[in-house]
Amino acid sequence: MRNSLIIAKRELMLFFNSIVAYIFLFVFLGFSYWFFFRGFFYYAQAEILEMFNVLPWSFFVFIPAITMRAFAEEKRSGTIEILMTYPVTECEFVFGKFLAVVIFIGITLILTLPLFGMICYLGDVDEGRILCGYFGSLLLGASYASLGLFASSLTKNQAVAFILGLIFCFVFMIIGEDIVRVTLKGKLQEVLYETGLIRRFDSMKRGVIDSRDIVFYFSFIGFFYYLTFRQMTKSE
Amino acid sequence: MIGIEVIGISKNFKDIKAVCDVSFSIDTGEIVGFLGPNGAGKTTTMRILTTYLKPDKGTAKIKGFDIIDDSKEVRKRIGYVPENAALYEEMSVIEYLEFVCSLRGISNNQRKERIKNVIDRCGLEEAIQKFVGELSKGYRQRLCLAQALIHNPEILIFDEPTHGLDPKQIIEIRGLIKEIGREKTIILSTHIMQEVTACCSRVIIINRGEILATGRPDELSAQIYGGRVINVILTKETPTEIQFEFEKIASVKNVIKKEHIDGWLYEIVSEKDIETRRAIFEIVRSKNATLLELTAKKREFEDIFLEIINGQSDPSERKNSTEDRENT
Repeated sequence: MRNSLIIAKRELMLFFNSIVAYIFLFVFLGFSYWFFFRGFFYYAQAEILEMFNVLPWSFFVFIPAITMRAFAEEKRSGTIEILMTYPVTECEFVFGKFLAVVIFIGITLILTLPLFGMICYLGDVDEGRILCGYFGSLLLGASYASLGLFASSLTKNQAVAFILGLIFCFVFMIIGEDIVRVTLKGKLQEVLYETGLIRRFDSMKRGVIDSRDIVFYFSFIGFFYYLTFRQMTKSE
Repeated sequence: MIGIEVIGISKNFKDIKAVCDVSFSIDTGEIVGFLGPNGAGKTTTMRILTTYLKPDKGTAKIKGFDIIDDSKEVRKRIGYVPENAALYEEMSVIEYLEFVCSLRGISNNQRKERIKNVIDRCGLEEAIQKFVGELSKGYRQRLCLAQALIHNPEILIFDEPTHGLDPKQIIEIRGLIKEIGREKTIILSTHIMQEVTACCSRVIIINRGEILATGRPDELSAQIYGGRVINVILTKETPTEIQFEFEKIASVKNVIKKEHIDGWLYEIVSEKDIETRRAIFEIVRSKNATLLELTAKKREFEDIFLEIINGQSDPSERKNSTEDRENT
């Protein structure tokens, strides 16, 4: 765990030393604030749901952009060769990278809290429901991060990692959607419905905490974390 | 005590045999050169020793710890300088060294002293505030060396440590390796013969994934040539029987006559040097021949290396086959 924290710290330092993190924060917050205020003035309700509605789509674009370099760049530049001769296990290495992305997502979500504060000030708000939405957002972001990191572990090319990340995230976003579901039948329809990331987020953003959703998210993250770990040990 | 013990390691990349049943051992305090042309299997062997790659067959022990079963213990005891000094370009030199210290588990109170020590030792004073991406190739290599030394490892593994450096930097890095080698076990892979002669006490020659020869450079020379080579150049008018007179000298093992631009060149392989040269001179005088040159040729290590690589066989085998040919 100690080594994972050291790696996560270095990754975060790397994010904030480069312009990518600031572009991400600026565009992501711009999106979030725009969609919030658009709905806010239109419906004139102390409600943050509009921001949560657009969140899966902004995560879909931005998280693969954040994760694309994680392993691809280490492999391309050869820095992994030295790193893997330090007393760090592959498991700690992958977890450190994952932790950094999740912390970064957490920071971006914290930066949307002024909106939460504002609606609390202006109206009567169900805080529990909104906090549940934030928790769901973090789980959704972490799930996207596990997909993005897995995509990055498959290649040495950052652009390829980004596109693969987009594809993976898109697939797991849409498979729970009704439009996809109606085209399928039987067991496959059931399985795909259960693995859709947005479907589960939809209930959390409305304040419904179902232990099945939490277990699903953790299992999903764990599964792709394991695939990334396998990929990293295999490529060595 | 054995520092590194390699036991029958093999590694294939798809259909390519990178390393094939390689075994050797290195004692504590030795500097051993791992010499071979590009693609010989040097880097693969180095990567296996650092635990970065896992062998398909066989294993290796570093200070008694198995590279497969005790990889974390092995990693604690080694310092590695890869062929390309790939370092995190976005970090400053000091940040990078601090990062390595944290991963190496060096405590906060020791950290400052260790960093200062490697900065002084590797000559990084002028670069400490610079970003790694701004460093010249020479400074990157020094930083790579610094990260390998920072935890004071017992074993150092260098893969082409002077790759891409200018002659001045090469001399500096070699000097540093020799200095470190006084107290550490070092294995140094290279395809540059001068590097081996400049730094190493022993050499292991590898080609196409197989070890061809091992020993001190002078031992290998003696194994291949069976002695010193003396070159004698005489004018065209020299009587042909002079070759038989040379062969009669007790210390002479072989005489080869070749055409030369100024006359005839006799390559005489001898067990002794001064005595043989004296006897050759006496023969030339007694035959009234005109001596143009008489030199004891010191075989360069380069020649030995090329001889082994071109033959792709063990020096002892080569010697036997030469003897067989002579007997027939």
